[in-house]
Formats: sequence, structure tokens, C-alpha cells
Amino acid sequence: MNAPAEHRNFDWMALARKQAVPITFVALCLTLCVMSGQGPAFLAGEVATRLARNSFTTLSLIVPVLAGLGLNFGIVLGAMAAQMAIITVVHWNMAGLSGFLAAALLVVPIAIAFGWLVGLLFNRAKGREMVTGLIAGFFANGLYQLLFLFLVGTLIPFHNPALLLPEGYGLRNTVNLAPVNYALDDILSVTWKSGQGMAWTVGSADKTQPATGAVPSTGPESAGAGSPVKIPISTFLLITGLCLGIGWLMATKLGQDMRAVGQDMHIAEVAGIPVDRTRLIAVVVSTVLAAWGHLVYLQNMGTLNTYSSHEQIGMFGVASLLVGGASVSRATVWQALLGTLLFHTLFVTSPLAGKTLMGDPQIGEYFRVFVAYGVIALALALHAWKGGHQK
Amino acid sequence: MRERVLALYEKWFLGRVAEIGIPRLLITAFVLTLLGVAYFYGMNLSFLLSDSLVRVGRNGILVLALLPAVQGGLGLNFGLPVGVAAGLVGLLIPMEFDLGGWKCFVVATVLAALFGWLAGLAYGWLLNRVKGQEMMVGTYVGFSVVSGTCIFWLLAPFHNRKLIWPIGGQGLRTTLPCTSGMSRFLDDAWRVKFGDFSIPTGLLLYFLVLCGLVALFFRTRAGLAIRAAGENPLYAKACGISEDRSRLLAAALSTMLAAVGIVAFSSSYGFVQLYLAPLMVAFPAVAALLIGGGSVNRASVSHVLIGTLLFQTLLTIALPVANKVVSGDISEVARVVVANGMILYALTRGSR
Repeated sequence: MNAPAEHRNFDWMALARKQAVPITFVALCLTLCVMSGQGPAFLAGEVATRLARNSFTTLSLIVPVLAGLGLNFGIVLGAMAAQMAIITVVHWNMAGLSGFLAAALLVVPIAIAFGWLVGLLFNRAKGREMVTGLIAGFFANGLYQLLFLFLVGTLIPFHNPALLLPEGYGLRNTVNLAPVNYALDDILSVTWKSGQGMAWTVGSADKTQPATGAVPSTGPESAGAGSPVKIPISTFLLITGLCLGIGWLMATKLGQDMRAVGQDMHIAEVAGIPVDRTRLIAVVVSTVLAAWGHLVYLQNMGTLNTYSSHEQIGMFGVASLLVGGASVSRATVWQALLGTLLFHTLFVTSPLAGKTLMGDPQIGEYFRVFVAYGVIALALALHAWKGGHQK
Repeated sequence: MRERVLALYEKWFLGRVAEIGIPRLLITAFVLTLLGVAYFYGMNLSFLLSDSLVRVGRNGILVLALLPAVQGGLGLNFGLPVGVAAGLVGLLIPMEFDLGGWKCFVVATVLAALFGWLAGLAYGWLLNRVKGQEMMVGTYVGFSVVSGTCIFWLLAPFHNRKLIWPIGGQGLRTTLPCTSGMSRFLDDAWRVKFGDFSIPTGLLLYFLVLCGLVALFFRTRAGLAIRAAGENPLYAKACGISEDRSRLLAAALSTMLAAVGIVAFSSSYGFVQLYLAPLMVAFPAVAALLIGGGSVNRASVSHVLIGTLLFQTLLTIALPVANKVVSGDISEVARVVVANGMILYALTRGSR
């Protein structure tokens, strides 16, 4: 569109063209932030909470992208594994950090099994992994409902009146995760309150829980601008660790194999790389990471919607990654983090902006659903458009 | 003797099984079992079966809409919501002007076909640029169109008091009753009754006529070109057929049928469902086509008919039977598992 820029300005233009998606979304987010009419403290607090809650899951999508599998919509199965593990842990009356760690351990074999199955599916559906992953998520959701609505308490001996529906079988719609609430976040966190400065909290989940318990999970409307903002340092440390871990993995022999497979399966095969096996491992790694990511999410939320908490995980993760400027075949840790930040800023502000602009929060609500779907559609279309000649 | 029996078994039985496909056999067996259980529990079979006939007619056109896309090499058209949204706009316009009865239906169908055709051309233009990823792009284009139309429904300039929210004076309601006389208009045309068993003749006839028209279309020059381009693009090119043009036509036709299909669906259902209701509309339709024996790159009108009949019968009977046998709505779960399992099966075995 623009006329060729001067030589000095060339770099900026190239950057703008290359990073068009994140730049557009930064602009959109800033506009919505202004229109939402909320103070920066409130917005920063909301977004920090959501960043801690969702980054891990978004990061779990990177490995399959690099291995050429595209956006792994199958991470929904990882989220299901996480929910199975955390339900079990709550059933065993484990609490606090030990409960959280037990869930994190318990989830690994389940997630590996699920990831393995999804990987086998993907290897049979090369070239259409994404749509297969999406449908696999829907299919698994059916089996998940079968398990928790009908088999638990009937075929599976599980008798816990606190968790079951009044009929004596089938899990309740919401499971209270209070015992493991903030198990990870409260290892080390900073609470910031306007006028009072910062307060560090170290490893005192039980003591701080009543005081700060209700803050991050309340809706945007109910939390006033003056309420304290809690930033879970320990969770952010874990996310940093994961970022470094992904960097390390991609530098190993296995990671290099994944990249080679992602570049071109046939050449990788000729070069002696076991293509199917490498793809399988990439999916398993992604599923396990997604399961842990969902545990991080759940311990922050404090409640589990048994039949819906996992459904949107895939879509939100994928949309976050894409908003950050990643594509179906390229993704970096920074794109994942930036994308999560932008997508969730949009998420917090768009209903508020819709309310001030149109007097109707519903429009903002639909707008953010539209953005989530639209950004995925756009990114997929752009990618297929560019890569159309290779297929 | 034994060898001959074995040879016969291999030739006839295994050959037939391979031809029909194991999933289709399983689902047929499942439907028959359900019918048996329903009979055993003394349920009113004729009532159940007439109900399933209504649902066949109601959903059939949406399944038929997938056919041109598969024939044209576009794969399973998960972008069906594009046509559905266009059809809903076409349906709401005569309702805004309080048209009733068959007039409303005819005007709605004509407008839906027009809007569907235009939307389909745009959709086909996009699909021509994303060859190889049509299904994934289509899925998310469909999702975004549905969520985009949600905003449209809230802001669109509809003023008929029967359609908009009573307070505020703007925004369509989530569920609108069809204008009187249009609701169930096709169902009741030439209805034939034998006791409890009643056949919605008009509805089924409408569906069958559209099936016939589509089958006829694929015998015309343009239809044959679409098929050739879908089966073997290089061969089609050698014959002087433009692949892109054929694919465009296939997408437009598929979208137009979806638009026409949602008008028939809403009229037969008696309600127009807006907002997020059409989000998942493509998935049961795709499942029905696959159950009928279609695949990612091959399908025919007979697959549409068999698939719709089997899948809708399954859905109709599963709910009351499941309610008798176990309490709780297990049929919804069964629907999800069967439909998506079927799609997964087709995705993992269709050759590219």
C-alpha cells in the first residue's frame, strides 16, 4: 500500500509487514483498554493473573508447530488428563502443594497415553493433522462425558458424596478445588495495593488464602480498582523455566530431528530420521505440557467445571499463539507469551469496552468470540495461501 | 467342499463387508438393536419412526449440501455455517415484513438461495487459495462467520416487534417462532396417516426433489466438469476444464444448498434459531454423509439418503430408549461419540 520508504526507514517497514498481526492487536488492545474506562492498576492486575494462568498452555503448542504438525488442537486431551488427575487428588483429600505435585505426577502417564493415541491418529492423517486434532478433541469429549457422567459411581467404584451428583453416580458439574487453590501461586507471590506498596508472601498458602482468595477469580465488574493485585512470582518462574526448557529441547538431537521433520518429511526420512516416531514424541511432549498447563490454570481458578473447563483450552491456546504472530509452521516462546498477553487483554477489555461504547456488554462478548475464531481462520488461510504451492 | 465354502465366504461376505464398510455395518446393527430394544420395552414404534422421518426431511438438505463440495475435491465442507448464516438472513427478511404461509417460505428460499450463492462464491474464492487445507480453513471460517453474525443480529436494522427484544428496540431474539402458516407448512402438506404412523409427505418430497435435482446436475456438462476436477485435477486440465472454476462452482452450490436447507429446517422445526445455534451445524451433517458410505473424496446422492436415514433414526430412537434403559441423557453423549468417531475414521483413512 505505502510507497517505497527511504532507505533509513526500510527496516521499520519490513518489521511492520512481518509483524502485522501482533502490531494490529497491540493497537486494538490499547484502544480497548482506553475505551474500557478502567484504571491501569485494575487492568494490569487482571492481565497478570491471566498471563500466569494461561501462558503454560499456550507454550505447550510450540513443539508440534516446529515438528510440522501445525497447531495441536489435540491439547484438549491433555486438559482432560489434568482434570482426571486433579479430581483424583481432591478425592484422595490431598491438599496444598503436595496435592498439586501429586496431580502433576499422576497426570504424566495419562497424558502420555493420550498423546500417544493422538500422535498415532496424526500419523495416519498426515496433511490434515489440525482438523483431525479438532475432531479428536470433540470425540474425546464425548468419551470424557461418558466416563464422568455415567461410568463413575456405577461401573467404576467411586463413592464420594461431595463429588457425585445426588443420584449417586456421575460427577457434579463443578468441583471445588479449594484444597489445591493457589498451591503453586502462593509459594512466592507479590501483593500490590495502591497506597500500601508491595507485600511479599512466601510459602504461606493457608494463611493468605482467606485474605486474598477471592481476588483474582472475581469477574471484572465486581473487582474494584482499589483491590490488591497479586502477582504469583513462583508461577512466572515456572513459566520461565518452561521457556528455557523448550529452548533446550529444540537444541538437542531430538529437537533438531523435529525441526528437520517439520521442514520436509521426505528429506528427513531419507536422512535417516524416524519421522513417525519423532512426530509421535512431539505430540506426547505437547500433551504432557498441556496437561501441566491446565493444572496451573485449575489451581489458580479454584473451581473445576467438570464438563466445560477443558473445551475452550485448545481454541484459546491456538488463538493466543497466533495473535502473538506465530503461524502454522513457525512459533517462538516470545510469540506465545506476547500472544497470551494480547489475547487476554482483549478478553478482559472487550466486554467492558462494548458496555461503554454500545451500552451493551453482549456485543463485546460476541466480539471476543469473533476475534478468537477470526484470528484462527485468518492465520490458517494466510498460511495455506502462502504454502499452497508446496502441497 | 470346505474350500469352496471358504472361497465363497471370502468372495461374497468379506467382499460385501469391505464394500459397505465396517462402521456402516456397525451403525446399522446398532440402529436395529435399538429398534429391537424399543419394541421389547413396548414403546410406540410407529410414533418413533414417524418422528425419525420428520427429522430425515428436516436435516437431509443440509447433508445434501455437502455433496457438491466432496465431488468438487474440496473435502468435507465444514464451512456449512457460511451458507446457514446466508440462509438465515434470507429467511428473516420476509419475516420482518410479516409474510405468512407458503409465500414466506418461497420468498425466504429464493432470497436464501441468492445470498447463499453470493456467499458461496466468496467462500469458494477463498478455498481456491488454500488448496489442501480446505477442511481446516472451512471449519474456522464457519465458526467466525457464526460469531460475526452474532454481532450482526444485535445491530441489524430489523424493526418488527415480533422479532426483536421487547426492551431496547434493537437486536433480534435468540429463538424466533416462524410466522403462522409457515411453521410446519411442508410437514403438513399431503400428510399421510396410518394410525400413529404419519408421513410428512411434503417435506420428504421436497428433500427428494432437491436430491434428484442435484443428481441431475451432476449429469450435466458443468456437473461432470466438477466431478472430473475433483477426481483428477490434472486429467481435468488436459480435457480443458478449469479446476478453479469448477471448485468455485462446487463451493457456491454447496453453500447455496446449505442456505436453502436451513430455511426448510427452520420451517419444519417451527423456530428460527439465531446467534450461536448454527455453530456446530456442519458436524452432524458430515457424520451423516460418512455413515451413509461417503468419504473425504467420494460421495453420492445414495450416500446422502442412506446416511441421513440411518443417523437421524439413530438419534430419534436413542433418546427414548436410553431413557428407558438408563436414566440420564446418555443419547447426547452417544451422538457426540458416534458423529465424531465417524469423522475421525474417515479422516484417518481417506487417501490423499
